[in-house]
Amino acid sequence: MASLIGSYSLFFGLGCSFLILFFSFKNLRDSTNFDNKLLYFTFLQLLFVIVSFLGLIISFVNSDFSNSTVFNHSHTTKPLFYKISGTWGNHEGSLLLWLLVLTLFIFLFLISSKKQPKKYRVLTLLFQQIIIIGFLIFLIQTSNPFAYIYPVPIEGLGLNPILQDPALAIHPPILYLGYVGSSIIFSSVLAASSTNYVSKEWAKHIKQWILISWIFLTLGILLGSIWAYYELGWGGFWFWDPVENVSLMPWLALTTLFHCVLVLEKKLLLTSWVVILSIATFTLSMSGTFLVRSGILNSVHTFANDPERGLYILIFLFTLIFLSLFVFFFLHKTDEKNTNSFFWLSKETSILINNWFMMYFLAVVLIGTIYPIFLDVLSSQKISVGPPFYHKLIIPFLIPFLLAMAIGPKLKWIKSDLQNKFYLFSLLAISLLLSFLIIRILEISFLVNTILFTSAFYLFFITLRDFFIKGFKNLAQNTAHFGFSLLILSILFNNFLSTEVITNLKIGETYKSNELSINFEKIEKKKRQNFETIIGKFNVKSDNELVEILNPELRVYNQPNIVTSEADIKTNLWSDKFMTMNLVQNQEYFNIRYQIKPFMIWIWFSVIIISFGGFFSFFKKKYEN
Amino acid sequence: MYGRKVKLRFFFILLIFITLSLSIFLIIKSLEENVIFFQSPSEIKGLPELKKNKIRVGGMVKNNSISVETEELNFIITDFKNEIIVTYSGVVPNLFAEGKGVVAEGYLKDKNFFLATKILAKHDENYMPPEVKAAIEGK
Repeated sequence: MASLIGSYSLFFGLGCSFLILFFSFKNLRDSTNFDNKLLYFTFLQLLFVIVSFLGLIISFVNSDFSNSTVFNHSHTTKPLFYKISGTWGNHEGSLLLWLLVLTLFIFLFLISSKKQPKKYRVLTLLFQQIIIIGFLIFLIQTSNPFAYIYPVPIEGLGLNPILQDPALAIHPPILYLGYVGSSIIFSSVLAASSTNYVSKEWAKHIKQWILISWIFLTLGILLGSIWAYYELGWGGFWFWDPVENVSLMPWLALTTLFHCVLVLEKKLLLTSWVVILSIATFTLSMSGTFLVRSGILNSVHTFANDPERGLYILIFLFTLIFLSLFVFFFLHKTDEKNTNSFFWLSKETSILINNWFMMYFLAVVLIGTIYPIFLDVLSSQKISVGPPFYHKLIIPFLIPFLLAMAIGPKLKWIKSDLQNKFYLFSLLAISLLLSFLIIRILEISFLVNTILFTSAFYLFFITLRDFFIKGFKNLAQNTAHFGFSLLILSILFNNFLSTEVITNLKIGETYKSNELSINFEKIEKKKRQNFETIIGKFNVKSDNELVEILNPELRVYNQPNIVTSEADIKTNLWSDKFMTMNLVQNQEYFNIRYQIKPFMIWIWFSVIIISFGGFFSFFKKKYEN
Repeated sequence: MYGRKVKLRFFFILLIFITLSLSIFLIIKSLEENVIFFQSPSEIKGLPELKKNKIRVGGMVKNNSISVETEELNFIITDFKNEIIVTYSGVVPNLFAEGKGVVAEGYLKDKNFFLATKILAKHDENYMPPEVKAAIEGK
C-alpha cells in the first residue's frame, strides 16, 4: 500500500514539474512580479517527493517484500534502525534521496530569496526543474524504487552487513545535502549569468548556499572516512580510493568557489571564474554519481551494474554541461568597466594563488581517478593508481599553499605592504626551530618534511595568535584555517609515529617483540539479533608493564551470509590503539593486526573545527548586523 | 611600442601557460612511475622478462591451498590455466577464502612466486572484481 502511494506520488511530482515549467515561462513573459503559484507548486512537488520517500521507508519498516527494492536490500531480522537506513543504502532509494534534496533545496531557495530580482528567481527555479525532471525520469524509467514483484517472497535478501553501521547510516543523507546542495548553486549561477546579475548582491546571497553545501559535504566526507577507519580494518582514514576521490573533487571546487565569491562580494572581480567554478562543482558531483553508480568504479557504493543507468546519467550529464556552456558563452557578459587591476601583494592575489593550487590538486585527483578508466577503454589494460602518485604530487605543493593560507589573510584588499608585520617573521622562525627539533627527535631526515612541518606550524601559530589578539574578528576564516593547520599536523604526526604489528596467532599463544607482547587469551561466542559474534580477548602488554585488554570481534551475519570484522579501538587524547582479528578459512590461526595510531582523534576533531569555520561564516551576517 | 598593460597581460598569459604545461608534465611523469598494472597468472607466464615494478595479480584462490604460519600466509592464485604461489604477511580481508576471487598487490620473485604486500578487500560475497572475471574468462 505504502509502495503504491509512493509510486503514484512520483508521477504527481513529475506533473508538478511540467506545471512549474509552464507557469515559469508564462510568468517570465507576462508579469513583473513573482507568481506565487510557482511557490505553491514547488511546495506541492516537495510534498509529493516526501510522501514517496516516506512510502519507501514504511515499506522497509514493514518488510513489504512485494517491493523489489525492499526484497533486495532488507530482511525481517534486521534491527529497525538499519531497516530505515536501508532505505538509502541502495541505488533506487539513494536516488530518491537525491530527488528529495533537490526539491527541498529549491523550495528553501524560493522562500529565502524574496528580496532577489524576480527574473533571477524564476530562472533559477526553471534550471533546477530541468535537473529535477531529469532525475525523476531517470528514477521512474530505469530505477523505480517501487517496482513490484509477484509472487511475493517470504524473506528478503538482506543489507550488506558492512553498511549496517551507525556512521554509514547517516553518511549518505549528510553527504547528499552537500552534493545535491551544489545543484542550487549551479541553477542560480546559470540564472544569474543569463540575467546579467552576477554582482556583489548576488555574491552575498549565494555565499550562504555555498556554505551550506560546503559544511555538509565536509561532514559527509568525515563520516565516510571515520567509517572506513573502523569498519574496513586497515586502520587508515584515507585510501585515495576512486570513490573517496569523487567526493573530494567537489569539495575542492566548492572550497575554491567560496573563496572566489568572497573576492566577488568585496571587489566585483573574478566573475567568470566564479561562474565556471559553480558549474564545475555541480558537474563534478554529477560525474561522481555517474562514476560510482554505473559500476565503472568498484566499491561499496556500487549497488548494481546496469549499463542503461550509466548511459542515462552520462547523457543527462552532457546535456547539463552543454546547457551551462551555452549560457556561459552566449548569455554571460563580463563587466569590462571594472579594470582596477591586481596588485601583487594583496588579499585577492593570495586567494588567487591558492585558487591555482586548489585547481592543481583537483587536476591531480581527477587525472588519478579517471586515467585508469580511459586506459581500460582505450587499450583494455587494467591498471590502478596508488597513493604514492597522490602523495608525490600533492605534498610538496602543500607547503606554499599553507604559507599563502597563513600570510594571505593578513594582507589588505587591493594593495598592501608588510610594515608592522614583525610577528610574521618571528613566528616563522619559531616554527622553523620547532620543526627542526621534531625532525631531529623523530629521526626522520628529509628536507621536504622539515619545510612541511614548518609551514603547518606557521599557519597554526598565526591563527592561534589571532584567536587571542583579534578575538571574534575574522572568527570564521581563522577557525577554518586553524582547523586545516591542525589537520595537516595531526596527519603528519600520525603518519610518522604510527606503529603496527601483524601476526597470526592460535588461541592461547603470545606474540612477543622488543616493545610489546600480545597474549591471545580466549574467544567467546554470542548470539545477536541478526548475527553471531565471536569476541576475542587479547592482553596487550607494552614496555611500561601496563596491560590493555582489547576485544576485536568477528561477526557472522545470517542474511546475506557474510563475515565482517569489527575493530576494537581504545581511544584517548594522544593515540588510538586499534586491533582487528580475522579467521583464515579452515585454519586454527587468527590473523591479528594491532596498531598504535597517535593523534587519530585530532584528525577527526580538526575536520570538525574546519566545518565550524563554515558555521561561523554562515551566521556571521546575523551577528554583525 | 606596446603599452604597459598589454605587456603585463602578455606576461600573465605566458605565466599561466608555463604553469599549466609544467603541472601537466609533472602529473603525467609521476603517473608513469606510479601506475600499478593488473595481470593474470597466465599473462605473467607469458612475460618475456621480469619487471621490478609493483603489480597486481588476480584470480581465484585455489582449493586447499591456504596455509598459515605465525609470520606468513601462503596460497595459490589460479585462473584455471596457470597458477602462481603467493606469500604474504599481513592482514587478509574477511572475504578471503578458498574458491573465491582475490586480488594481490606486490612484487614478482619469479614467474611462479609472488611476494604480496597487500590483499585487497572485497565488499560483497557475490561481487567479483571485473579484472578477476576477465582473468578467469581469459579476456
